Amino acid sequence: MIDIIPPAFIYLIGAFILPIIKNRRAQQAFVLLLPVIAFVNLIHMPYGNYWVYNFLGFDLVLGKVDKLSMLFAYVFVIMSFIGMVYAIHIKEYGQHVAACLYVGSTLGVVFAGDLLTLFIFWEIMAASSVFLIWYQRTKSAMSAGFRYILVHLAGGTFLLAGIVIHATTTGSIAFVLFDIHELSTKLILIGFLVNAAVPPLHAWLSDAYPEGTVTGSVFMTAFTTKSAVYVLARSFPGVELLVWLGAIMALYGVVYAVMENDIRRLLSYHIISQVGFMVCGVGLGSELAINGAGAHAFSHILYKAILFMGAGAVIHVTGRRKSTELHGHELYKKMPVTLTLYMVGAFSISAVPLFNGFISKNMVVAAAGELNRPVIELMLHLASIGTFLSISLKLPQGIWFGSQKGSDKIPAAKEPPLNMLLAMGIGSFLCILTGIYPKLLYDLLPYQVHFHPYEAGKVVAMMQLLLLTLSAFWIYIDKLGGEAAISLDTDWFYRNFGRALLRFCNEPLNQIRLKIQTLSSQKVAFLSRLSQNPYVPLEMFWHIVQGKTLPLKDSVNQAYSPHIYRLPIGVGICMSLVFFLIYGLVYLWLV
Amino acid sequence: MLKKLRFILYVAITITGLLGFVFPYKHPHFWWQKIPVFDAIFGFIGCIIIIIFSKWLGHHWLMKDEHYYD
Repeated sequence: MIDIIPPAFIYLIGAFILPIIKNRRAQQAFVLLLPVIAFVNLIHMPYGNYWVYNFLGFDLVLGKVDKLSMLFAYVFVIMSFIGMVYAIHIKEYGQHVAACLYVGSTLGVVFAGDLLTLFIFWEIMAASSVFLIWYQRTKSAMSAGFRYILVHLAGGTFLLAGIVIHATTTGSIAFVLFDIHELSTKLILIGFLVNAAVPPLHAWLSDAYPEGTVTGSVFMTAFTTKSAVYVLARSFPGVELLVWLGAIMALYGVVYAVMENDIRRLLSYHIISQVGFMVCGVGLGSELAINGAGAHAFSHILYKAILFMGAGAVIHVTGRRKSTELHGHELYKKMPVTLTLYMVGAFSISAVPLFNGFISKNMVVAAAGELNRPVIELMLHLASIGTFLSISLKLPQGIWFGSQKGSDKIPAAKEPPLNMLLAMGIGSFLCILTGIYPKLLYDLLPYQVHFHPYEAGKVVAMMQLLLLTLSAFWIYIDKLGGEAAISLDTDWFYRNFGRALLRFCNEPLNQIRLKIQTLSSQKVAFLSRLSQNPYVPLEMFWHIVQGKTLPLKDSVNQAYSPHIYRLPIGVGICMSLVFFLIYGLVYLWLV
Repeated sequence: MLKKLRFILYVAITITGLLGFVFPYKHPHFWWQKIPVFDAIFGFIGCIIIIIFSKWLGHHWLMKDEHYYD
């Protein structure tokens, strides 16, 4: 155990070394080297529990290594390499630092054997990823980033509350299978569901991911939601609620994607949809279903990265991010390589045979069939149609095709930098490789696989589904063009609530504050004037007895005048004596 | 070009439709998996439903002006 270190720390330490390196080439080499070191480290990591530290009587486990955690760790490390290649041309090393912290903390979550370690890495994950949004430096990115971090901190608070209750009631913080009927585990589940972007807690994803930097968003698509799928698979498999949430999620993303105009937001809605398959698989809980969820997470990370990289490349060279701005410029002539690589990702997500989506998504659908869940099976099937429709047909048509419109041209359109294409190429290669040779992926899965994706019946059925979806698309092609609009989602509630809260604070609440302040400062002024001259009350009393009214203000602030009657000096002395008398009595009584 | 593509699509649909009869599901769990062209019908109708439902939902409720939040 001396020669390997916790994979999280490779990236976390790397993030601190990176700013010290001054030479840009060395910096580039360093960020590419980190995933390589992490990968070699992973290969040499045997199963078991490592790096156990005692803290306040609890065991902190930094390395809980088994098949499930290794599956996710492998794909996260591979993805970090692809993401780094895609981002290598970025001159701002701060983005690389944020990415390293983000990847490192995700690996920390994956290998966490206790809830406290999990929570700490969980929070670093949120805090580091928000910078990948803020580095975009636009006003909309700044506000989207703030909403993103607030939602995640809220989710983290649920998680922490659950952990504290769990630790105090059971006396253990081990990260194991949980019983959903406890309050503590329900809170933990809510924390996990926020990160898995399960509706109605999902709006942070479609809000923030399209606002991130071109390269940062590629990282973001991979880690947060899939690490949430991992923790769900570890602690809540077979929970019925997840089956329905997952299936609803799969369709929810599909419906929104059809309405969407912003190309990366459309892709974001399909993250929600695809994660729905995984959440559903976790909920189904059978060996096939958990295998399916894990395999689909693996495939999804690769193809979703390609799609985001493709969309990002278009935004990088054209500066435009909406279908309505891109459609009709025949970009396919100027960016054929990008289009081809994008289509590999698109066919993968659509589960076209020979691509990796086909070998993983169908495991979850088959699990629904095996467990005799007809409604769920049909819902997932319907979501597959929507996926092909939006990602493989609507989006390419919106971005790359459409005949030349007027004089509005995009002169800058050309292929993106070579490293971007290379990153997409690596992703595409892996998508096709695992698609053609599924054993590579199936060997990594937590349970033994008895699933045969390439049965003739399954392939034919899938081709039928896709071809007829294409036909329906063809019929409705004019209706499907992007529309310059946004669609309201559940972030409407907190955006409007936030705004209403601000308005409430600014106006009515501020008015009340001002009133209270005026009132209290009047009282204070009164008291301070009173205390300038202690026998003013007596004087007032005297005047009242005489039947005259004398405003307090006048008696204090009046300049000395020999013509005004004042109380004799004896009154003052008398008051002092009375005070001494009272003081003496109290003193005697106390002693 | 488009005509050619449409022709290819028709041919492909026919072939996969026929293949559906030759290669049925090995282990059907539900009755519809025994229908050889079920996925074709489901794909076509499902796609139309998704398009119409989403657009209807958008136009009648969810889609707003781009500067809605500004």
